[in-house]
Amino acid sequence: MRIHEHPVLTYEKGREVEFTCNGEIVVGYEGETIAAALHAAGIKVLKHSIQNHRPRGFYCAIGNCSSCLMEVDGVPNVRICVEPLKEGMIVKTQEGKGALE
Amino acid sequence: MKHIEILIVGGGPAGLCAAISAAQSGAKVMLVERHDHLGGQLIKQTHMFFGSEKQYAGTRGIDISTILTDEIANSENIEVLNNATVLAIYEDGVITLEQNHKYIKVKPERVIIATGASEKSLAFPNNDMPGIYGAGAVQTLMNIHGVKPGHNVLMVGAGNIGLIVSYQLMQAGVNVKAILDASPKIGGYLVHASKIRRMGIPILTRHTVLKADGKDSLEHATVVELDERWQPIPGSEKEFDVDVMCVSVGLSPLSELLFQAGCEMKMVREFGGYVPLRTEHLRTTNPQIYIAGDVGGIEEASSAMVEGHLAGLAAAKSIGYEHPEFERVYVDYNEQLEALRAGHAGDHIRAGMSKALIKEASC
Repeated sequence: MRIHEHPVLTYEKGREVEFTCNGEIVVGYEGETIAAALHAAGIKVLKHSIQNHRPRGFYCAIGNCSSCLMEVDGVPNVRICVEPLKEGMIVKTQEGKGALE
Repeated sequence: MKHIEILIVGGGPAGLCAAISAAQSGAKVMLVERHDHLGGQLIKQTHMFFGSEKQYAGTRGIDISTILTDEIANSENIEVLNNATVLAIYEDGVITLEQNHKYIKVKPERVIIATGASEKSLAFPNNDMPGIYGAGAVQTLMNIHGVKPGHNVLMVGAGNIGLIVSYQLMQAGVNVKAILDASPKIGGYLVHASKIRRMGIPILTRHTVLKADGKDSLEHATVVELDERWQPIPGSEKEFDVDVMCVSVGLSPLSELLFQAGCEMKMVREFGGYVPLRTEHLRTTNPQIYIAGDVGGIEEASSAMVEGHLAGLAAAKSIGYEHPEFERVYVDYNEQLEALRAGHAGDHIRAGMSKALIKEASC
């Protein structure tokens, strides 16, 4: 799902890093958003709606819509469409609304 | 608490230009941007802009962003706060921010709100399914991150964003099956539509989405033709095997902060939602607060930049910093804005403006 050649753009990427999504190892580039790395790996379902448990992905990709909230390194409700990827991040599908510790 | 002369909220085309013009007038500016970079949505615009040379026509959006951010970086009067989100505007004019888990309080003399807009959704069964994205979201994914949204795309909306993103999808090697629009006419510029047609992508006017289907994410979309009263024509359903649907049915101003600040707001259909009433100097009914760009009404990046300059000049002048050539540049920017809003393409903007504009005396 990565674009390898583009007539206008060249993409500057960070180094390749590993992180996990629900326990599975995923490879992405440091500094890109978590959502971009997951999408490139074919992971589109990011959470389930609270009442009816309907699958949800991102919608706006710029931090407006809250459709992509996940748990990242134990912190709930992270907007993964704007959160930069770091090596070893533990990304999980969030159950419920999340809570302050 | 930090005293600030002019606080600008939002580092997109409007906010950047507001900062530049306010700083050139001699005011000290703090520019707050919630993301880790400036440029707003300019940074994903690979197409060349229209308008006149003064709004960088012929230059790609990404390059305009670089020009403006370089100018910001070279200005001694501008302090930039990235990764900073404005949390609240209080009655006494105090504004609170969060930056990297730190809580910051500031007291600005003037505020320019340039928060932009967000993409609208469209109502149909299963519209919340993964695989259905805002057209701008797909543009972000492709043009900033270099990731394809999927294999086969249905574009909903034949306005400029729908047309441009369809073209960019094809550039990235993604197949666009069709572009729909419920309206009988293509909303975007003819030059974009012709380019799309030459690539062989059908543009289906008077069509809308009936429903989306798929197991965990989008697999099929059913579209239907509409009659002259915008009602679905039975038997006209068509199926598309698509894993991506891009929704490009307009934007809404991100005007929450203006509501909170007590600015008088009005629903203006032509502007995409609730917008603040404003004077010709872009001042809201809260005299501390000015606006620039899409937050005041959905338009184009070109006009957002010009409004940014105007708001920056006006806000600075209101606290005693008059640009050395104020009269000349202020008239010039107003003429640019008038030219951008002229003609048939600007009809709805002028109609919206007649509803949202108030006289200076009432604020």
